[in-house]
Amino acid sequence: MALTPPSERIWWRQPIAKIELIWIIVAFSWGLVMFFMMIYWHGAGKQNLSNEAYQIKPQAFARKAQAMIDEYQVREESGFPVVRPPPGSDVYLIARLWQWWPILELEKDQSYRLHLSSMDWQHGFSLQPVNINLSVQPGYDMVVTIKPDVAGEYGVLCNEFCGIGHHNMVGKIYVVE
Amino acid sequence: MGKLFDYRTCPTTGLRVDRAAEKLIKANAVVAIVFLAIGGLFGLLVALTRWPAVHFLPADWFYLALTAHGLDVLLVWIIFFEMAVLYFASAVVLNSRLAGPKWAWTGFGLMLVGALTTNVAVLQGGSSVMFTSYVPMMAEPHFYLGIILFAVGALFGCGVFFGTLVIAKRDKTYEGSIPLVTFGALTAAIIAVFTIASGAIILIPTLLWSVGLVSHIDPLIYKTIWWAMGHSSQQINVAAHVAVWYAIAAMVFGAKPLSEKISRMAFLMYILFLQLASAHHLLAEPGLSSEWKIFNTSYAMYLAVLGSMIHGLSVPGAIEAAQRSRGLTKGMFEWLRKAPWDNPAFSGMFMSLVFFGFIGGISGVVMGTEQINLIMHNTLYVPGHFHGTVVAGTTLAFMAITYLLVPLIFRRELMMKKVARWQPYVFGIGVAGISIFMMGAGTLGVSRRHWDMTFADAILPFDYPAAAYMMMGLNGIFAILAALGGIMFVVVVVGSVFFGRKLAEDEKPSYPEVPPESAAVSHYGSSETLKIPGTVFLVGIFFVAFVLYYFVNWKYLSEVWPLS
Repeated sequence: MALTPPSERIWWRQPIAKIELIWIIVAFSWGLVMFFMMIYWHGAGKQNLSNEAYQIKPQAFARKAQAMIDEYQVREESGFPVVRPPPGSDVYLIARLWQWWPILELEKDQSYRLHLSSMDWQHGFSLQPVNINLSVQPGYDMVVTIKPDVAGEYGVLCNEFCGIGHHNMVGKIYVVE
Repeated sequence: MGKLFDYRTCPTTGLRVDRAAEKLIKANAVVAIVFLAIGGLFGLLVALTRWPAVHFLPADWFYLALTAHGLDVLLVWIIFFEMAVLYFASAVVLNSRLAGPKWAWTGFGLMLVGALTTNVAVLQGGSSVMFTSYVPMMAEPHFYLGIILFAVGALFGCGVFFGTLVIAKRDKTYEGSIPLVTFGALTAAIIAVFTIASGAIILIPTLLWSVGLVSHIDPLIYKTIWWAMGHSSQQINVAAHVAVWYAIAAMVFGAKPLSEKISRMAFLMYILFLQLASAHHLLAEPGLSSEWKIFNTSYAMYLAVLGSMIHGLSVPGAIEAAQRSRGLTKGMFEWLRKAPWDNPAFSGMFMSLVFFGFIGGISGVVMGTEQINLIMHNTLYVPGHFHGTVVAGTTLAFMAITYLLVPLIFRRELMMKKVARWQPYVFGIGVAGISIFMMGAGTLGVSRRHWDMTFADAILPFDYPAAAYMMMGLNGIFAILAALGGIMFVVVVVGSVFFGRKLAEDEKPSYPEVPPESAAVSHYGSSETLKIPGTVFLVGIFFVAFVLYYFVNWKYLSEVWPLS
């Protein structure tokens, strides 16, 4: 038994039962399918995380975001500027204790280069109800090209624990026709 | 031959049991169970707070309780119990004396002091940084110090285990190769060394940073190395609980592995391929290339997953073969129907096997897929997954073997047998519910580590769908069930250990029934004639579920906003 030394001393020469061998082959092949599926999706799928990222100082990121806000702010909502940048442009979203700044207004079926970075601790960009989740790091600017395909009002929640105000860190993205 | 060390002879197995090893196994197991009780209580408080209708704790206490819950159960309970498993799988199983019991006690002391230090730091309130303690969020210095001491203590324990293997080999206390269970424990110990080294590499600088001697720690570097500890430590658990599955199958059925070669190869795969695995915690991070992510998250093409899938056939297969050789050959499932379902060691072990595979295993692979991770990362799906692996898998397996250790090592008769009989079912079903409903809530977007899903105090409002509230309510109900199962376990085991009837030196325990050595099944016929149709059927169901669930999630992914 498994608590005693193998009954056949030369156990590594014992033949393998056919059923075990078949299962190993099936399971190994399934592993290959799952491996190549990820590569396949990079070509054929529409949802891939970009590899584009830069190191950036929080102040520098904040300046870029402020420049965008100054240029494209359309209104204010609960103290947050609402910004409507042109399609195809670079859009900045600041994560900080404890808000997503500013509110973005995007056009449906248009692409935007969304930049994410944190001013302080780690945060989690959680776009709801679509349920897209990304890590937001201080000192790194992650660039994701997004193409909202359904109009509506979306919540941006924080899903990386960031202290006592973590659960109040709610932002907003509007997608308009 | 004179007594080279102080031992007694086990009346059940005829093996010599080193009394020094026995004391260490007892001490580690008892402390483990104490921390399970503490950590479990924190877990219940967390679940009650996340139940929107109850919302039990205030926010600061919630984050404190969540930090303590993760530390006490994921780290302290499991590692202390694993030390007991290591000493059992070396000294007791190999019929040997334990190497350097003083080192083992030093390690035990360091682990205890470390665990208490970190717990004090958390309870003081200044270290509610979660189990992961991601920088630049800073905890008190003694938070990190406690974890480091704990890890060093565990390293001592691994050293004693390796030393015992050397002594047993030298003294020829066994014939041929080490038993499979010891091999599994060896796998766990080797992985533990890697894990602890990674922990030291990242936590020592973090400790220095918290006292002001280091100015900056890059959050991405921290996360990468921290998970080389954080995830590898989960692979210690897997190796240890798979070894426990084999041990229980051997003790309850006299089952022999279908193939020593295959089972050992599967353990070896854990060592060879898991070190790449911390990557699946980093799939949503900036600055890491897709090539790196794909290769590493798949453990180099899912070879460590392959190891688990092999055990998934060979453990139930060994039980089926043993049962059939005893004449339980009717139909596909007589062997399983007539298994000792009222023996908590068996029922706990079998549920651990099924839940680990179906709930924890499948969800882990799906979530660790580079792109699918986007729709799950840091939602409640993540804790749903790892409660399936670490609680329904590891903890339930450890509970199950405790029912055998109480009579065999503690030499006490098990008390409250009726409670013991139901305990694995109450706990197992509770935990399975927790896992499934958290995964459900995660699929609906609910964040993990989050005090208020209603966002009542947020400036901008957001509402989760009503179904998410229902999931969290169900999660709370099943958490109460799991807590009840946990209390039953602690009461039975602590009661038996301290107040159970002492077994006489030469008395064989009558419960749970363990077959005599002579009943061990040594042959199932040649490899050509091995018949395990029931296991094949169950494995087939598992595989179909795996494939379907995997592709369903690709479909979910294809429906979200295009991004690149």
